[in-house]
Amino acid sequence: MTIARRQFLKSAGLGIAAMAAAPAHAWESKAPDDPLGCLVDVTRCIGCRKCELACNQVNNLPAPESSFEDMRVLDAKRRPTAGAYTVVNRYYPGPVGERGELVPSFVKVQCMHCQDPACVSACVTGALSKKENGTVHYDVDRCIGCRYCMIACPFEIPAYDFHDPLTPQVRKCTFCLDRLKEGKNPGCASICPTEAITFGKRSTLLDLARGRIENDPSRYEKHIYGEHEGGGTSWMYIAGTPFAKLGFPGVPLEPLPRRSETIQHALFSYLWSPALLFGGLALTMKMLTGEKSNPDKE
Amino acid sequence: MHHPRPIDRPFWSPGVLVLLGVMLAGGVALMVRFIFGLGYATNLSNTNPWGIWIGMDVASGVALAAGGFTTAALAHIFGRHAYEAVTRPALLTAALGYTFVAFAVFVDIGRSWAIWKPVFFHNYNSALFEVAMCVMIYLSVLWIEMIPILAEKWGSKIRILDWFNRKLSSFMWIFIVLGVVLSCMHQSSLGTLMVIAPTKIHALWYTPFLPLLFLLSAFAVGYPMVIVETNLATTSLGLSSEMEVLAPLSRFTIVTLGLYMSLKLWDLVHRGAQSLAFEGSLAANSFLAELGLGVILPWTLLLFPSVRRSRRGLFFAALLIVGGVLLNRVNVFLVSYTPQTGTIPYFPSIGEILVTAGAVATIMFLYRTLVTFAPVLSAPKHEEMTR
Repeated sequence: MTIARRQFLKSAGLGIAAMAAAPAHAWESKAPDDPLGCLVDVTRCIGCRKCELACNQVNNLPAPESSFEDMRVLDAKRRPTAGAYTVVNRYYPGPVGERGELVPSFVKVQCMHCQDPACVSACVTGALSKKENGTVHYDVDRCIGCRYCMIACPFEIPAYDFHDPLTPQVRKCTFCLDRLKEGKNPGCASICPTEAITFGKRSTLLDLARGRIENDPSRYEKHIYGEHEGGGTSWMYIAGTPFAKLGFPGVPLEPLPRRSETIQHALFSYLWSPALLFGGLALTMKMLTGEKSNPDKE
Repeated sequence: MHHPRPIDRPFWSPGVLVLLGVMLAGGVALMVRFIFGLGYATNLSNTNPWGIWIGMDVASGVALAAGGFTTAALAHIFGRHAYEAVTRPALLTAALGYTFVAFAVFVDIGRSWAIWKPVFFHNYNSALFEVAMCVMIYLSVLWIEMIPILAEKWGSKIRILDWFNRKLSSFMWIFIVLGVVLSCMHQSSLGTLMVIAPTKIHALWYTPFLPLLFLLSAFAVGYPMVIVETNLATTSLGLSSEMEVLAPLSRFTIVTLGLYMSLKLWDLVHRGAQSLAFEGSLAANSFLAELGLGVILPWTLLLFPSVRRSRRGLFFAALLIVGGVLLNRVNVFLVSYTPQTGTIPYFPSIGEILVTAGAVATIMFLYRTLVTFAPVLSAPKHEEMTR
């Protein structure tokens, strides 16, 4: 018994030592250099829901329960769903108007198209991918419907066809990829009457955002949501009040996949640890049991 | 030592009929899921996309099937042949358990017919991809390891079984080692799953050590699970209790559970999260139950030789450990899961509960069937003992 135990401790010790000396590759971002993106200026949004209408039409989504002109839907806080890839919510974050009335802010919600998306890292089959032009793309042909992308997304965006028994899809903003390929702007950005949504290169949008904040510091918070959140996103926001008051989720600044991918690759790149464990155990088996041909024999 | 053999008892008992009833109810719920969809049959939502089919059936199922690889390692790899008697029932439980896990995945994923796709479309960054592949391969390995048992009974009738058995016997050591390796891989990767969601997992559980904690708890729960199921089987089938194997087996658990407990406590204090355990919320209380009743209490109990030698004491301690690990998985995947935009907390629907209950009943039914007709259990019957 003591021999077996000593042997066990020895191999366990070896395993741990090898693990410590594991090829510790530093994690590298796979973000595209200068993707396309959108800048949403919350101070310009009037909550007209035209973006919701355009999104519905461009993506052939089902007709909404009440029309897009019905502003009563703004009374409740909504989230994107399988039938609506973008929704506008109304907040009263604080500022008071000339007659003492509360001034509303309107916030459009949709997929942020992260630079290093957690959903893409999580997706079992690679059905989700980050394209060079910035879109986070969903390929239904690979999807098995496990919904791990929904667990992973820090912005809590992907929605699911829960009522389709056999062919449900993960649904989220497509960034109007087909329109981008034709050289057009995304549906919502094209229709916005107040130019609250600006479409362009991410670097250009960041300059634009910084410029607006600098030129009118009393109008804006000094924070571009999406510049660093989740390691940076293609969609970014500027606003007149802190983002926490506008329903934006708190998201760590480091890319979400970093930790889990570091763990996965440290342990399993080239299957080094399973191979080592296999060798160690096979050797132990040979030494301790003498014969390995038929361990079931008594 | 007695050789494993069919128990040779009447198959139809009241218990078996109850199992069939539960299986039937589960079958109806299953039909509802596949005809009307997940949305109709479950309480899953965009904010709570995973429910008990993943948090309990898959995550806990994998953990509680750890008896298979831990006993195989002990008896076959580390050469402790005294424990041979429990390897066959543990292997059967693992094979049935993983079949149940695969079934739960099949039911839970929206596009069940696409379940084969990870075999061809790989994402090496995804912890779930690794879990999927390991579970798939390990399930095959487990049924390969079952072949000698099945061949012993049916080999003379089913020629192909006998042929496989003879061909495999000289390679069986590969499958035994592979089974342990695959288990270590996906037991830990199940813990990696939630590492990608730091904003949604309660700080009592969120730690980069989740994979190691999952692995250590799988090591720890292996033998207690064997103790629990052997007790249940020997009691309900009127067999001798096998205490002479189970009591010494529990000594290993003092070490493995001790390691798990030490890492869990160190990690908690190291992150400064211990005060959260006393905030009185559902999550905090669930954590205290998991740690206090499921880890610290049974570990302390096992330190006493009198507990280890008493059949009731040992069963009780082992049951606490099994419950603790089960609660841990449910805690990590469901209780601790609080998305920032969530409005209604998740609670399983009747349909989800029925499918889970039906699947558990099916496992027990198949276990009963196989131990009745195939040489799995070694324990002698009571009447033989007294004769």
